[in-house]
Amino acid sequence: MTESPYTPHSREDVEQMLGEVGVASVEELFDVPQELRYEGGFDVEAKSEKETVEHVSKLLEENDDVVEFVGGGHYSHYVPSVVDHLADRSEFLTSYTQYQPEVSQGFLQALFEYQSLLVELTGLEVANASVYDAASALGEAALMAARVESGSRVLVPDDLYRGRRSVLENYVEGAGLNVEGYPTERGNADVDALEELVDDDVVFVYLESPNRCGAVEERASEVGGLSDDVDAVFCVGSDPVALALLEPPAAVGADVVVDDASVLGVSAAYGMGCGFYVTREEYVRQVPGHLVGAAPDADGRRAYTLTLQTREQHIRRERATSNICTNQAWMALRAAIHASLLGPEGLVDLAERCVELPHDVASRFDEVDGVTAPAFDRYYFREFVAEVDGDAEKVAGDLLERGYVVGVDSGSRLRVCVTEVNEDEVDGLVDALEEVMG
Amino acid sequence: MTYDQARWTRDGVFEPLTVEKDSTEVEVESALPDDLTRDKLELPELSEPEVAGHYIRLSQMNYGVESGPYPLGSCTMKYNPPFTEDLAGLESAAVHPEREESVQGTLALMHGLQRHLEVIGGVDAVSLQPPAGAAGEYAGLLIARSYHESRGDERGEVVVPDTAHGTNFASAAMAGFSVVKVPSGDDGRVDLDALEAAVGEDTAAFMVTNPNTLGVFEREITEVAEVVHDAGGLMYYDGANLNALLGQARPGDMGFDVMHFNLHKTFATPHGGGGPGAGPVGVVEELAGYLPEPHVREDGDGGFELYRPEDSIGKVHGFHGNWLALVKAYAYIERLGEEGLCSASEMAVLNANYLAERIPFEVPYSPFHHEFVASAERDAAEVAKKMLDHGVHPPTTKWPEIVDEALMTEPTEVEGVDGLEVLAEAFHAAAEADDEDLAESPQRTTSRRIDQVKAAREPVLSWRDLDIEK
Repeated sequence: MTESPYTPHSREDVEQMLGEVGVASVEELFDVPQELRYEGGFDVEAKSEKETVEHVSKLLEENDDVVEFVGGGHYSHYVPSVVDHLADRSEFLTSYTQYQPEVSQGFLQALFEYQSLLVELTGLEVANASVYDAASALGEAALMAARVESGSRVLVPDDLYRGRRSVLENYVEGAGLNVEGYPTERGNADVDALEELVDDDVVFVYLESPNRCGAVEERASEVGGLSDDVDAVFCVGSDPVALALLEPPAAVGADVVVDDASVLGVSAAYGMGCGFYVTREEYVRQVPGHLVGAAPDADGRRAYTLTLQTREQHIRRERATSNICTNQAWMALRAAIHASLLGPEGLVDLAERCVELPHDVASRFDEVDGVTAPAFDRYYFREFVAEVDGDAEKVAGDLLERGYVVGVDSGSRLRVCVTEVNEDEVDGLVDALEEVMG
Repeated sequence: MTYDQARWTRDGVFEPLTVEKDSTEVEVESALPDDLTRDKLELPELSEPEVAGHYIRLSQMNYGVESGPYPLGSCTMKYNPPFTEDLAGLESAAVHPEREESVQGTLALMHGLQRHLEVIGGVDAVSLQPPAGAAGEYAGLLIARSYHESRGDERGEVVVPDTAHGTNFASAAMAGFSVVKVPSGDDGRVDLDALEAAVGEDTAAFMVTNPNTLGVFEREITEVAEVVHDAGGLMYYDGANLNALLGQARPGDMGFDVMHFNLHKTFATPHGGGGPGAGPVGVVEELAGYLPEPHVREDGDGGFELYRPEDSIGKVHGFHGNWLALVKAYAYIERLGEEGLCSASEMAVLNANYLAERIPFEVPYSPFHHEFVASAERDAAEVAKKMLDHGVHPPTTKWPEIVDEALMTEPTEVEGVDGLEVLAEAFHAAAEADDEDLAESPQRTTSRRIDQVKAAREPVLSWRDLDIEK
């Protein structure tokens, strides 16, 4: 018998339990044929908690201490300390999906509030309790489109994040859909080119605002109109901070809004996100994942429960709307707490800051010899694209040597993301850029 | 033991929604033009103490792993050591996913976790990208499809036992396969004859967990693998029940070609009220080239790098998966080491066997391992509701269907004799309760039984749907 720090059994307990079960040793309980028994080790020694903390901390210290000015679909905002303290309450953190709602009212209500927040921000009616990330939310939306409309073409901007597009392509391949890029022009949809592309075989049109350049889309309702003309599902990607400022997607004809809610509640997490999914009421039975609803309990009080579960895999199996089971509920909780702390005033102020900062920093970049910023004349949110004389990879590499991380968009273009988290480091970044370009 | 859960109410409703405490309309003024922006935003505007109070009360109206026993079958609700949270919260872990050469620590941790999982699972290569078990299944099936296609072999079917997890069916369908169900034999195991009849030249993969959903080990797994391989199919291992086997047997040694791990089950990362989890996918050498991109490897210069495996299926997550869950699982494995991991399985199996002796319900299929499926012989869902009043979370109910009124029970290694006794008492209380008592349960939880019919027929899915005074 071996020992683990997280099992309460004393030797006497084990003896007593074995007696009750009627076996002489724990080994006897494993009904594994001899030829399948594993005799080797795992090549990892047990450590004390202190040793483990030291080991993992030391490993992570190998990450260079640099200042990040990179977005590209994963953003950092300042997360107030109280978010950690509340979300880390063990009752939230360690609980399972709310299949026993009577003992899970707290989490259910928090998710109901999260859903409500997204409904307010998007202007649509039904938000789910999260999917994995922005990419899987996009994939799920396209699959929903294939269930509610007929056709096989999925149109996305040709400058969509590569990772997002790859996930989307994987999601829709089984349903027999094809993903095509439509042209973009200076960071916005090329509406004329798109008009040429749409036909009755299009089931899904996707638009992002702000998009991967940080550009705010200026002709969203025209794209929505084109989508509507061919009865395609119109999907808009945007995030809860941007949505505090931007026209609600419902107003430009969006049928589904997806993206990453973890811009609230979580700072950089190597891409870990919280996919959100909001759609029209008419599609409520086509939504993937968990939905929290309110209903009275036996005493007539308003209570919360997972609902419309016949959509889901544990009941509907291969006919489920999605295979999703485990989601990102705890990230949704964090986003809800953060949004509650900000309130409408804080959210709008934060969003406005995300408009001012890239504008200001771009004009400082533009003053550097060999740099044009922003690369195109658009409205920007959180990030902008800068054109450099020379190879963007090389410039980014030189900046990294000076302690700054920026994104590389393509050939000679950098992506630069600035929020309240790194704004105090802008002077240093601009100095470094001057050195690098000089 | 009885249990009274917190019940914060005001005027007959539980802790009011934030919108019932305040609703404030803010005029939006922006440097952006008017036609691109909203006019106003209306949301609750609360002070930090109000927000803190609200969520503390909500947490008190929620049952977690430390609230009491949580023997939810197939979910492996074990203790989540808080030090792993601290590590995931380190500033040095808060890095951007576009970084590579400047995040050697992150890549080293990921590589280390890949190595640990390879050894534990007996597989040759592991990708950490799938963000949940179902995503791992889905990635594994995409790998199977690509593998067959690369051999010019179009295979359209995935075979699963009738006791399989719902996600197996749904993942197969999402990956574009049709699902063929095989009935279990009388002993609850895969019926070799039925399997032989079900597989053929259209079989892409056979998905199964071992021990299976009944907690019973598939003793003939080697023969099963032979049947599937002879038909040209791949063997897929669903890692949901791996907590039964740590150090005893490895999926890779049983003939499995593809598997997923559930880090939020076996490796103690918190379930978070539904997620995030992590569902790394592991494969044998022949399939390593199909893993999702990017994958982490040593760069030959003492460091680590990301690369695209040559026949990669592409991506199943926008970036690198649920990074913070990976940190926690790695820390858990390093803390327990081989000895602790093996002990976890031993005590989990001992606990299930001991508990089964102490409860008044029959367990039709045995020998079982880390979980057992008892038959309530009355409405299992009602039995569960009665158990809630006794300070425990009930088992998974009514599944798998091959056990009448199933109570699928997995106490995990974290319960001691006392905890198991509390559980046993709860089972007894439910067995002895009369029908009326059951129907009126639970009484002592935050809410009483909820009107599920009304919830589904008249969906109220946001506060906008509620008739509330703001």
